[in-house]
Amino acid sequence: MTPLTFRLARLLDARGWAAFAAIAVAAAMVVPLLNTALPAGHPLRLPDYMVPLLGKYVCYAILALALDLCWGYAGILSLGHGAFFALGGYCMGMYLMRQIGTRGVYGHPVLPDFMVFLNWKELPAYWYGFDMFWYALLMVVLVPGALAFVFGFLAFRSRVTGVYLSIITQALTFAMMLGFFRNNFGFGGNNGLTDFKELLGFDVQARSTRIGLYVASVLALALAFLACRFVVTSKLGRVMLALRDAESRVRFLGYSVTSAKLFAFTLSAMLAGVAGALYVPQVGIINPSEFSPANSIEVAIWVAVGGRGTLVGAVLGAFLVNFAKTWLTGAAPEVWLFFLGALFIGVTLFLPRGLAGLAGQWRAGLGAAFRRRPGAVEARDA
Amino acid sequence: MPDANRSTAASAAVEDRQLYLDGVTVSFDGFKALNDLSLVVAKGELRSIIGPNGAGKTTLMDVVTGKTRPDSGRAFFAGDVDLTRLDEAAIATLGIGRKFQKPTVFENLSVFENLELALSGPRGAWATLFAQLAPPEAERIDAMLERIGLEDRRAVPAGALSHGQKQWLEIGMLLMQEPQLLLLDEPVAGMTDRETEETAKLVLSLAGQHTVVVVEHDMEFVRALGARVTVLHEGRVLAEGSIDHVQNDPRVVEVYLGR
Amino acid sequence: MNPLKRFVLSGLIWLLPATGLAQDLAALLAGLADADPKPAIEALLKSDDAKSKAALTALAEGRLFKRLADGAVVSAEKDGPMYVVTNAASGEIEDMAKEEELEPIGLDDDAKALLAHLGTAPADRKEAPLDFAGAVNALNAESFSEKAKAIERLTQLGDGRAVPVLQALADGRLFTRRGDGALVIGDRAGNDLRLTAATTLERGDVVKPGAIEPVVINNNLRNVVREAVGRLGLVSPDAAARRNAADALIGAATPEAVTLLREAAAKEKDRAARAAMMLAIAASDLNGADKALRLAALDVLSASTDLRVRSLLQARLAAETDPEIKVALDKAFAGVQRKLMVIGVAENLFQGVSLGSVLLLAAIGLAITFGVMGVINMAHGEMIMLGAYTTFVVQELFRAWMPPSWFDYYLLYAIPAGFAAAGLAGIALERSVIRFLYGRPLETLLATWGISLVLQQLVRTLFGAPNKEVANPAWMTGGFELTGGFLVVYNRLYIVVFCFIVLAAIAVILRHTTFGLNMRAVTQNRDMASAMGIRAGRVDMLTFGLGSGVAGMAGVALSQIGNVSPNLGQIYIVDSFMVVVFGGVGNLFGTLIGAMTLGVANKLLEPFAGAVLGKIAVLVAIILFIQKRPRGLFALKGRAVEA
Repeated sequence: MTPLTFRLARLLDARGWAAFAAIAVAAAMVVPLLNTALPAGHPLRLPDYMVPLLGKYVCYAILALALDLCWGYAGILSLGHGAFFALGGYCMGMYLMRQIGTRGVYGHPVLPDFMVFLNWKELPAYWYGFDMFWYALLMVVLVPGALAFVFGFLAFRSRVTGVYLSIITQALTFAMMLGFFRNNFGFGGNNGLTDFKELLGFDVQARSTRIGLYVASVLALALAFLACRFVVTSKLGRVMLALRDAESRVRFLGYSVTSAKLFAFTLSAMLAGVAGALYVPQVGIINPSEFSPANSIEVAIWVAVGGRGTLVGAVLGAFLVNFAKTWLTGAAPEVWLFFLGALFIGVTLFLPRGLAGLAGQWRAGLGAAFRRRPGAVEARDA
Repeated sequence: MPDANRSTAASAAVEDRQLYLDGVTVSFDGFKALNDLSLVVAKGELRSIIGPNGAGKTTLMDVVTGKTRPDSGRAFFAGDVDLTRLDEAAIATLGIGRKFQKPTVFENLSVFENLELALSGPRGAWATLFAQLAPPEAERIDAMLERIGLEDRRAVPAGALSHGQKQWLEIGMLLMQEPQLLLLDEPVAGMTDRETEETAKLVLSLAGQHTVVVVEHDMEFVRALGARVTVLHEGRVLAEGSIDHVQNDPRVVEVYLGR
Repeated sequence: MNPLKRFVLSGLIWLLPATGLAQDLAALLAGLADADPKPAIEALLKSDDAKSKAALTALAEGRLFKRLADGAVVSAEKDGPMYVVTNAASGEIEDMAKEEELEPIGLDDDAKALLAHLGTAPADRKEAPLDFAGAVNALNAESFSEKAKAIERLTQLGDGRAVPVLQALADGRLFTRRGDGALVIGDRAGNDLRLTAATTLERGDVVKPGAIEPVVINNNLRNVVREAVGRLGLVSPDAAARRNAADALIGAATPEAVTLLREAAAKEKDRAARAAMMLAIAASDLNGADKALRLAALDVLSASTDLRVRSLLQARLAAETDPEIKVALDKAFAGVQRKLMVIGVAENLFQGVSLGSVLLLAAIGLAITFGVMGVINMAHGEMIMLGAYTTFVVQELFRAWMPPSWFDYYLLYAIPAGFAAAGLAGIALERSVIRFLYGRPLETLLATWGISLVLQQLVRTLFGAPNKEVANPAWMTGGFELTGGFLVVYNRLYIVVFCFIVLAAIAVILRHTTFGLNMRAVTQNRDMASAMGIRAGRVDMLTFGLGSGVAGMAGVALSQIGNVSPNLGQIYIVDSFMVVVFGGVGNLFGTLIGAMTLGVANKLLEPFAGAVLGKIAVLVAIILFIQKRPRGLFALKGRAVEA
């Protein structure tokens, strides 16, 4: 066994691999089966609308993983991850727009409807190439990655840390939102990109396509999980944890704090882009509201609820909070914001390590759960 | 005795100098933490630096390790490498290790992992992402654990160590870097007498292999080291020589009542 | 068209089936666009209501068009290069349209003959002699041309009482009361309107906006009104009124008005009024025939900074043929242009300072909580929002319980109330949540974000989601003109002043009170301060209360320049953070400079880049700035910061 495959095999222990495989296969198989194999009207049959909804949660889980890598491990609380998610989404949206072809309202062979409507005569240069799927996929990763790299390079090199960094990432996504709202940016302004028809020749509305997208999302989540696991179990992962504890010591040991943080931030942004790209065909629209600072900060609470610094926790948190959101916004819409607000307050006050931490405490003995939490980790976040 | 100091600097051959500070000045909001300070430490030397609070001891270390940029003056390492142009990581890679006044270890990592991170080797993000611990490296870590007396605490998170143990772990981490120059900022602060004794032994065992600069308040410890002493006052060198020599210097007695 | 045919046609009208009467107006109007509009015209003639008559009048005068976009029949009047389109059925203004978007409804001779009946009736009415009330009531005519005639007649009466009525018409404050159709002047009083009878100028009741309907006018009519008011005002005993009257006549004076102006200017003692009169005369002389007079006029005009003078000069420049005048014109135009540019920059600066002071008010509280205590309070914006809602509540209380004469002073009570409400909320927040999170800034950030969500939703539940309007007291409405076209609005001006008072007060509290001393002590060395007997927890609580209270006062100020809504705070929170981050933490002077720089930069960029791009540019600039100075413009230096 080469050292690399050895390390890959050691990402999880035997029980871990078994659980991982079981959950991944179950998630990828059960949903399609419940949706297609059971007859309509069967109590266990999954209604059609549930498939893209669950797919959406899976995308959110990837986004949560991305933020956890950067916040939970490297200590960078980004309040602008929604921007990377949305950029990935826009890249996919641009591909889907180009696939519409002459089926748009105005029937223009090249220009999307909104450009015809705005009286544009030709495609802007930055829209070139998005008719090719591989190019769009590349951009899904490269665009958020490049933005994160440049932004992160400037910020980390100047040692902008803690809340300062959080605030300027928030300003970043806010500025992008203002920009994307403008028609002359060429991304459909207010309405964003929508009315998609086909993805790789498959009708995006068809049930089979939706199941395909769902399964693809589950696979992407599984791969993202393994990739994050690879990073956090590496020596680089330990450097990240170390710089959260004592940044200057890491420097005096000769590590470049800038490059370690930059790596975490950029990789995280790329993952967020992938999540966004899978999200867009399933919900059928991408618009500038995805850039809203409130969206980005909500991601932080998914991670916090599940338990930051644990990959499983981030995934779990994304699912739980979003299930609650879907249910509450349907059952009692005015309660949702109260609930979300209470969640932010409650988790930070009473559950600083999230549900994963709680599980750990229970394992360590019930008595420990009532002990005051040591604040050491948090105190050094600044 | 700044003049005497300058003459020492001039007399030492360039290749024998481990560290040479030339007219370094650092000011914070008008307050001069270092005031035209010049200092030479020869290769392999063990040097103690003492001085009252605010004399500029920690700032001196900050300048050498790249944490603070001097307003004027330069700092040379191993002959002619200008430290004032490099950042912390680059200086660390050159072979300068620093122990902080307050012990700084990675509290959430195990003792073993702390030493593993200090292990000399590639520092880049990609290299560390794919790095594997080779068996000889693991052996070196084990040896160091034994040397600093923490072999039975290897899997414990560093945050759970006692204060003295943290100090040793930090020194161990410095040694894992295999530095040419070791800067120890108050290595025995908060230690018990027995721990202080042990530490003195450890530091003495380093002399010869490494150049060591110790900043200390504890005069017993400085005496135990028996090294050449530099007294700082108001950002300048006030006196230099053996411990007995400086303790009898009337100017030193005036500004700094030695214990 | 011979009388016989006319007789036959009118006979046909009577033979139309009765169902025609039941057809609604809209359908009848649509019929006018048919190839043969006659049946529709006849049906309209038969129906007896005013709207049908108005539509027919419009048709006869050529003001009825078919809109090409949807084929609807609309009434339209030319207003500058565009047409104002009115829904012919309801009489409401719908839209503006270009000439090519409308197609006139053509009439053949027969149709014209049908309409000929119509012309007689209004002609009779016009001859009737009018008293003041009658002349005022005539203002509520259906068409713009009728209204113009009514204005002319009202002016000819020479009654000073017409001035406020005409002014109200020009400002859109003239209404008809639903129910009795009486003409009233409506003045804003909070969300409601206080009515004054237009015919008697007697004060009436306060009503909801829904109870009245505006008398609509267009720009041409506004000019007519302005000229009319000017002519009426020139004879006023009040110098300011004469000045305003002359001012209104600049570029809009008819020959009769110029004669009046010359007479008035000869007797005028007041300097400002005389200057305005001379300017108005010059503006008229410029287009005259006498070359010497024109050159003299240019001399007068070149000193002006009036936008109307500029367009006058510009128009003249394009048409002028006399080379000597052209040179003088060029010079005068350049002079006016330059002065206007300076004023434009000054105006942007004032707006920038005004925005800056709003940001400063929003950010001072943040500078205290973030800068002094190191607490990131994401709910800071909601403290602002609470202050604004407190203002709304105080206003409602005054309206409900206090005599109306006190209403103008409600704001003076709202300021301490806003401070107290937000301050108490801040203290509650600090005691219940934030004090458990000291030293964990990222978690404080998340928890306070949660609080902000809860507070927003709470206010939305209590007050409802729609915006609330908070009225400006009389002394805060309006403004004054500093110099040609540079209008200083009172509410903005007072906010600038208020903001500096608050800043000074905070500076005094921090420097010269025991509380301020304790606060600084706790900030610098918490343990040492506690050891010296300062109750650090209490200081934290009060500091947080102070910061939140100042945010509450910011909310009171913001309620005076915009609507109050549950997400009011969110609009300002990112900007306030930028101010604090830019200015440097823990430094009030830095906050001041940061706020003013941001405000002015935003406003100066706006003319070049537009509001949104300007804002983006400022955000990007700050993001880049932070790279250079991670701790802001006025950062603390030294070892203490590194710890």
